Amino acid sequence: MPDHTPVIQRTAPVERRVDAIQQALDERGLKATEAVEELRELAEGQWIPQNGARVVARAWVDPAFRERLLANGRAAVAELGLSMPKHHRHLVVLENTPTVQNVICCTQCSCTAFTIIGLPPDWYKDLEYRARVVRESRTVLKEMGLDLAPEVEIRVWDTSADTRYMVLPLQPPETVDWPEEKLAGIVTRDGMIGVAPL
Amino acid sequence: MDGMHDLGGRQGFGAIRYTPNARAFHEAWEVRVNSLYAFAVRLGIFNMDEYRHAIERMEPRHYLTASYYERSLTSLATLLVEKGVLTREELERRAQGLFPLAAPSAPGRTNAPTRERFQPGDRVRVRDDYVPGHVRMPGYIRGKTGVVVSESPDYPFPDARAHAIESQDEPTYDVRFRSDELWPNSADAALVHVGVFQSYLERVA
Repeated sequence: MPDHTPVIQRTAPVERRVDAIQQALDERGLKATEAVEELRELAEGQWIPQNGARVVARAWVDPAFRERLLANGRAAVAELGLSMPKHHRHLVVLENTPTVQNVICCTQCSCTAFTIIGLPPDWYKDLEYRARVVRESRTVLKEMGLDLAPEVEIRVWDTSADTRYMVLPLQPPETVDWPEEKLAGIVTRDGMIGVAPL
Repeated sequence: MDGMHDLGGRQGFGAIRYTPNARAFHEAWEVRVNSLYAFAVRLGIFNMDEYRHAIERMEPRHYLTASYYERSLTSLATLLVEKGVLTREELERRAQGLFPLAAPSAPGRTNAPTRERFQPGDRVRVRDDYVPGHVRMPGYIRGKTGVVVSESPDYPFPDARAHAIESQDEPTYDVRFRSDELWPNSADAALVHVGVFQSYLERVA
């Protein structure tokens, strides 16, 4: 008697799908597992917001560096030993002022200057932020805890090409005499995205 | 393509699920996916434009329900199959279940036949182009007018590079749009800056 039990095909759990690719590449001699280890160290250990924090702190204490940073971000961060992928040919640094708040996004995917400000968090890549921040910027920022005065102009930067952006936040007035290292300690990734005050 | 990924300005979405200084990764497999796709790019199996486009080609139902790193995984798998490195059968056998991939690609295009150099302050309009393949023009600026703020270095043209079509590198222009011109009477006041490829732009007299 033929077996009429329907075959139920289910989508494989995501981890098994990752395993499938990694094993298949390994078996072809491509050494994927070795590469995963190496790239894990870059993603978790090197591409971190502390890089951008050093850049911001230097810009706050060194006006000449700040000028160079605003003129050519890629060259200026290289002075601090920081690099960007080859295809990020341009880093534009956006200076906040008492009357201008810059905020960055990527409405089509998740582009960021990730080697400088760190890999983006979930909310940056989620549907809601990508859909809303370009159109409802003030509302979105307020929801996220940044309630801007009405006179502050908002500039939203949609990362739709390979130019990368980072926000240079306003230095909190109570920190003016702090040493550079201590200043770097207060700079956050969210501040460099432009959604949080410092 | 006017795909699900092109979210800027879409309405009806709820609150941002924001927690301050949230982590980039939550699970070990997410780090592995991120590393594996970067590894494939490094090996030259595919480029970043192909990678982005394969995410865009995911069926909207899958795109909307997949996490970010599942989208990344789907693009990686789709391209490894399309490039002939692996087969879907092998992936499904190894994973012991279905392995959904992105839909096939529609045709790409090369640079616009006429391209102009623009200067800061020039008024430009985004061409009214409908592109079946990869394009980096967010839909919300199509046909809209803005002001050139600056010019970038030349970049590979994504509409061609995602489809292995010959093209010339070209600059992008930082174009400033007013939110009330993008969405009249229907947006918070803001200046919206977009990096727009030269091929997408025409001068406004």
